[in-house]
Amino acid sequence: MKVKLIAFGIAKDILQKRTQEIEITDGSSIAILKSQLMEQYPSFEKLKSLKFAVDESYQEEEYILNDGAEVVIIPPVSGG
Amino acid sequence: MDIQLIQGSVNVNDVESSVGSPDAGGTVVFIGTVRNQTQSKKVLRLEFEAYEPMALKELEKIAKSIQERWDCLAISIHHGLGVLQIGEVAVAIAISCPHRKAAFEACAYAIDTLKETVPIWKKEYFEDGEVWVAAHP
Repeated sequence: MKVKLIAFGIAKDILQKRTQEIEITDGSSIAILKSQLMEQYPSFEKLKSLKFAVDESYQEEEYILNDGAEVVIIPPVSGG
Repeated sequence: MDIQLIQGSVNVNDVESSVGSPDAGGTVVFIGTVRNQTQSKKVLRLEFEAYEPMALKELEKIAKSIQERWDCLAISIHHGLGVLQIGEVAVAIAISCPHRKAAFEACAYAIDTLKETVPIWKKEYFEDGEVWVAAHP
């Protein structure tokens, strides 16, 4: 299945674009997406943290992704 | 509550005036400004970006949890986006309460939590490059 990644901050620099479609195994969790991303883009491993959001909310690593899901990559935040 | 993301710098008067209440005995305003250095390195300017719909939701969560935990009358949080110059206001938070102690505590909680949970990112521009703040350990 495919999910659409949306990247902000340093995550956008690592992907070198704001959005990208990625192919992952059906029924994958965020944890699986995360390890696949780190394999494809080793720069993600160097970050202090890496979180993910679906439906405008943070999701746990156990969260199961649906085909066509929009997943926002949230590198360490630094507002304020 | 009055939660806003603003293009450019924030107007402190806007947050302060939006929390005015005849029931208020104390209003605390936090003003976060762009500093000219970080770890003794000269900063030229900052650039903020946000995942806007979720940033607004997370800011609303902060305001709601303040209303549950402290006796407060009104909460206003404005955060700036885009390029900000030294001295400009990046974030302003105003909280009015019947008593000052709750206002101080709630305002500290608001800015501390904002920095941990709200999907906003800042890039520092130096004379010799740029860096996303706090991205690496």
